[in-house]
Amino acid sequence: MTPAAITSYRTPTARGYYGEFGGAFVPEMLFPNVEELRTQYEEILASASFRTEYEQLLRDYVGRPTPLFEAKRLSAKYNTRIFLKREDLCHTGAHKINNTVGQILLAQRLGKTRIIAETGAGQHGVATATVCALMSLPCVVYMGAVDIERQAPNVARMRLLGAEVRTAVSGSQTLKDATNEAIRDWLANPLDTHYIIGSVVGPHPYPDLVARLQAVISEEMRKQLLEKTGSELPDYVVACVGGGSNAAGAFYHFLDEPSVQLVAVEAAGHGIHSGHSAATSVLGTPGIIHGSRTLLMQDADGQITEPYSISAGLDYPGIGPLHAWLGTTGRARFIAITDDEALAGVRECSRLEGIIPALETAHALAALGQLGAGPDDVVVVNLSGRGDKDLETYMKNFDKLV
Amino acid sequence: MNRIQTAFEQKQNLLNIYFTAGYPALADTMPMAQALVAAGADMLEIGIPFSDPMADGPVIQHSSTLALANGMNMRTLFGQLGPLRAALPDTPVLLMGYLNPVLQFGIENFCREAAAAGVDGVILPDLPVAEYEEMYADTFRQHGLRPVFLITPQTSEARIRHLDSISEAFLYLVSGPGITGNTGPADTTVQDDYFRRIEAMGLKTPRLIGFGIADKASYQRACAHADGAIIGSALIKALEGAPDAPAAAAAFVASIKN
Repeated sequence: MTPAAITSYRTPTARGYYGEFGGAFVPEMLFPNVEELRTQYEEILASASFRTEYEQLLRDYVGRPTPLFEAKRLSAKYNTRIFLKREDLCHTGAHKINNTVGQILLAQRLGKTRIIAETGAGQHGVATATVCALMSLPCVVYMGAVDIERQAPNVARMRLLGAEVRTAVSGSQTLKDATNEAIRDWLANPLDTHYIIGSVVGPHPYPDLVARLQAVISEEMRKQLLEKTGSELPDYVVACVGGGSNAAGAFYHFLDEPSVQLVAVEAAGHGIHSGHSAATSVLGTPGIIHGSRTLLMQDADGQITEPYSISAGLDYPGIGPLHAWLGTTGRARFIAITDDEALAGVRECSRLEGIIPALETAHALAALGQLGAGPDDVVVVNLSGRGDKDLETYMKNFDKLV
Repeated sequence: MNRIQTAFEQKQNLLNIYFTAGYPALADTMPMAQALVAAGADMLEIGIPFSDPMADGPVIQHSSTLALANGMNMRTLFGQLGPLRAALPDTPVLLMGYLNPVLQFGIENFCREAAAAGVDGVILPDLPVAEYEEMYADTFRQHGLRPVFLITPQTSEARIRHLDSISEAFLYLVSGPGITGNTGPADTTVQDDYFRRIEAMGLKTPRLIGFGIADKASYQRACAHADGAIIGSALIKALEGAPDAPAAAAAFVASIKN
């Protein structure tokens, strides 16, 4: 499909394709589950009962709307007008809970009595454990053994919330393997269990479902921008991308506004071509991962390779099919930021704005210097999460931060 | 009539054995195939190792990881299968794998090489039937490769009828929820009901039961409801630490068949 033929970037085809990306490549064992979701999610999300409860929980429990904060000192430094969308102020410290609140309500309406999830940095696991506690549903979170080690506080949070954290010991023992384990759990428990995927990845309808549940971010941005700048439309929206859920939410209501430049920031790790990177848009080629055709990091034989980033939330070997499409059609611009640049972003945001961002978010902040934004431009950075969970990494790298 | 159909016509209680190509040693693929058939395996399912086999349990994933570490890939596998038909002229042979390595090798290349090696059928669990029919069926057919489709306790009757109508090999009855390598349920009532329900449908395509078939007892129970059974994880487990893998594989098959 050529970009000229695209009428909307927002909605995939009935079979879940964004251009050549997407689909639902799942074994027959999962077909009924995925089909049940596919045939019901739109109707449930549009229902009055869902809307009422979702909006109420977002307001009273999550703390929405999150502020849109004009970052004056960052603006002065980059000589442009920068706003920060404060998703870090959401309950549990990141945007992830927008999705889990929606999916738990969906699971209830599907009659599911057990919840599973995968997690990398632990933010999605915490957000899932949180809504499961709220709704009194048993929760199992799969997490790679390596991530359990580097994100210990989030593991403790999940356990405190009553979730069972199961260690994924296969493969590279990170997010990709935690996702494999969660899928296997779903294969074994197809009737009573709902799988709350944490990003815009996986088989259709998950990428669209998660994008819609995160779309509240850009819905609020438009209203807040109108109030603060006199226009609903900024010139740039910047967000980090691992699987891409916060970016999908920040982009969603601007996807079909061609004047808005969408900037997706990936983790370059030690450098894009260092062999230790997670810059999927550059290093990835089309293939199938976790039930979706998308860009992914793989070797010549189609074996999925291990990405690297200092940030546990960005080292996923694929990106959501929506982002693969936005990248290959040129609708979004992709920038890759190294570990050290991200750490500099942490320092800068902490010192200039008094906000300690998550490592993932710091990648988006570190891209500010590369946008080419002018003094009259309005830039919104989606501040997807707060840095508390990364304190141990920050302490290890203190020489780069103080 | 193809080798798969001939086998179902001539034999009952077919034993289809899965093993991972390049495991335990890279060069074991053909010796394993020959030892399994000599010991009484009626059909072979050769696993193409993949880094992220989502429908497989820890046993098969571990064998895949080791096979990949041994250097197994599609080109090497097809090289090893060169003497397949000289050695085993009549045994139906299937390749089982995941879609991504096949796509990277190229569907056309894959089908051509598989056909040249004398492969009869292919099982790609993460290739949806709709995608298969729309995008790959012509290429498969052109090279005489038959796809094998899976059925689970949750598969609807209409869908089973459709799969039956487009199958030229056999239907793979997944014994229950879960991944490969699980043991069967303690109470078999639900499973038996499911097997009987499928039996009563009068399908034209033969059926093999797989997942959780691990020993003589579970093999025989499967055979009571279908045309035979598929064993994978239990065989791989039997190879662990064996000094002579093909001999251990033969002994395992003998323990099922005799």
